[in-house]
Amino acid sequence: MASIITLPALPKPARVIQHSRALALPLLGIAVFLLLWHLAASQVQTSLGTLPGPVQTWQQFTNLVAEHQHERDREAAFYARQDKRNAAKLGQNLQAEVRVREYTGKPTFFDQIGTSLLTVMAGFLLATAIAIPAGIVLGLNQGLYAALNPVIQLLKPVSPLAWLPIVTMVVSALYVSDDPRVAKSFLNSLFTVAMCSLWPTLINTAVGVTGVDQDLLNVSRVLKLSRWQHVRTIVLPSSVPMVFTGLRLSLGVAWMVLIAAEMLAQNPGLGKFVWDEFQNGSAASLGRIMVAVVTIGFIGLLLDRSMLSLQRHFSWNQQLSQH
Amino acid sequence: MIAGAVSASLLSVPVLAKVGPPEKDELKFGFIKLTDMAPLAVAYENFFFEDEGLYVTLEAQANWKVLLDRVIDGELDGAHMLAGQPIGATIGIGTQANVVTAFSMDLNGNAITVANHVWEAMKPQVAKTADGKPRHPVKADLLKPVIASYQAAGKPFKMGMVFPVSTHNYELRYWLAAGGIHPGYYDPIHGDNSGQQQADVLLSVTPPPQMPATLEAATIQGYSVGEPWNQQAVFKGIGVPVITDYDIWRNNPEKVFGVSQAWADAYPNTHIRVVKALIRAAHWLDENNANREAAVRMLARSQYVGADAKVIANSMTGTFEYEKGDKRPAPDFNVFFRYNATYPYYSDAVWTLTQMRRWGQIPEAKPDDWYQSIAKQVYRPEIYRQAAEALIAEGKMKAADFPDFDKEDGFRPPQNGFIDQITFDGHQPNAYLNQFAIGLKGNDKL
Repeated sequence: MASIITLPALPKPARVIQHSRALALPLLGIAVFLLLWHLAASQVQTSLGTLPGPVQTWQQFTNLVAEHQHERDREAAFYARQDKRNAAKLGQNLQAEVRVREYTGKPTFFDQIGTSLLTVMAGFLLATAIAIPAGIVLGLNQGLYAALNPVIQLLKPVSPLAWLPIVTMVVSALYVSDDPRVAKSFLNSLFTVAMCSLWPTLINTAVGVTGVDQDLLNVSRVLKLSRWQHVRTIVLPSSVPMVFTGLRLSLGVAWMVLIAAEMLAQNPGLGKFVWDEFQNGSAASLGRIMVAVVTIGFIGLLLDRSMLSLQRHFSWNQQLSQH
Repeated sequence: MIAGAVSASLLSVPVLAKVGPPEKDELKFGFIKLTDMAPLAVAYENFFFEDEGLYVTLEAQANWKVLLDRVIDGELDGAHMLAGQPIGATIGIGTQANVVTAFSMDLNGNAITVANHVWEAMKPQVAKTADGKPRHPVKADLLKPVIASYQAAGKPFKMGMVFPVSTHNYELRYWLAAGGIHPGYYDPIHGDNSGQQQADVLLSVTPPPQMPATLEAATIQGYSVGEPWNQQAVFKGIGVPVITDYDIWRNNPEKVFGVSQAWADAYPNTHIRVVKALIRAAHWLDENNANREAAVRMLARSQYVGADAKVIANSMTGTFEYEKGDKRPAPDFNVFFRYNATYPYYSDAVWTLTQMRRWGQIPEAKPDDWYQSIAKQVYRPEIYRQAAEALIAEGKMKAADFPDFDKEDGFRPPQNGFIDQITFDGHQPNAYLNQFAIGLKGNDKL
């Protein structure tokens, strides 16, 4: 592409075709997918009615938006009532202690999305903070790598469904507080996500560090760089592409794990939304679950794309930035 | 601030029933998606909690086990519980923890549903009324030949209930045993907590909202559960309720509001205020039939029960639909306030304990006074009384709405509304147990 030299006049026909293909093909793909979804869904009869197609799913989405608006109105009314009560309390006794309590109503679909995003980012950052330093240490020390590799391989495939009960018990045992600032459910989700998602970053970092160009290593040796300078100037820049590949994989795993953990443990977030709707079993439930599925997929896609653009931004080595 | 608190407490002395300010005003209560969580939803939606200065968050829980664990470890301040849960926890069935209740949430509200093919097999034997409809209540005797045919084919007959110490478990067992079918014993001494020893029917735990799906998948052939999950089976066309718990034991206690003993000790005023709000909610629910319609709309919202309003309305508005189209009046299907439904009677706890003994969850014989002392450890009518008296003093309720507290000893008069005609007297649990043909009694052990 870059080799084509274009003149600022009319675009060449070949380019127009190319551009419209770049736009038209994905659109066509989506249209075929929606059509197939529509046709397949109308064939499946569940005990809650037919499986919702794209149209019903869109309707439920608009319902969720309306519910969100309604809940915000209720929230405003809640604070208004509270202000009145507090004012009355102060009217009786000027020294009375008044505080503004947070709204106690239900989290809406959009609140749940926010909770899930916050949790996944926290878990992912924790995993990254462990995995990158650990990966560098392992990559620099082949003996240690050989010793720990079996353990890593053993822990890597463990499902979040298995970690969750352990994490829950440990958090409950260690995190004892009368007035916890951070909810236990948040910590449970966070640690489960971190436990499951740190492995790709760890392994890719270690492999990236091991694979530093021999010429660069020689340079480092000739210049007698200190350990820290060696890591900073030689190892890190050349392993960045691998680290980012690991981070992208980790973020994908983190997002998948989070939804599963929320469903299983009833921790707030999109997973809980899905499970609650499954339990509701109303005529609208399946459509709402479909909305959640599409949203989960869409957010997963956005996370992946944003990681990719970060990678492009940080990568000196441009050779693997096309996926 | 301290001075303020002192003067406030001095001011409160002249009015006897005045309850102090809440020690904790931001609370989180758990519930299971069932219509009998209604008092919690009503207390929230009608601002009865806020009237008590309480800011409450209500949160649906995945199943009864998770709910109980979260109350015990303090993640929840309290919860809608099975009547057997505080008792079971106190005597160490499953989990050991001190859980108490000062508020009984409702009477009745459950039913037993069987899969369509089981009903087809039972139906020819069911007596007919003059208009050709099946005569209810249907006894378990009619299920016996179906189970025999399963046994002859070498297949187990399986039924679901919601928790080992649930009223649903005891009601299902009561109905089966009254029809000569053995529902199986628990044998905790030998480490068997499946409850399937010597069983003709294998009972297992399924969370309430999953019952219809489990029945549809043919994992179980029937179940005992609260609403709306029996009516849901009718709407989905996958099963037929054969009997309501009202017909197994007229006006049986069902759910309670449970908190941990540690919580109750730390926040006494908060506890009384919560009970005050719940009493008002239960009263509102039973006040007149118009409120029931409003309650249905409340419960149908996705954060509470979430099922379709028409499914919830079926049982909540005084009717019950057996087969599709066979809708019959059932004015007492869900009782929230009438018949002193909210008062925590010791005798209700004693009945639950007798069933735990009957089916082996309590593996050894216990004297009558043991039953009473456990009941008094778990059920706290004195807290209920303070809440009720405060409501009367505030003019929100009338003394006539409640039992006569000065004369009340916490035991209902002997009850005889059972399907097998046996009378229950809470003062004599062992004598009651001795009357059953099926079940442990006296010094029986497995």
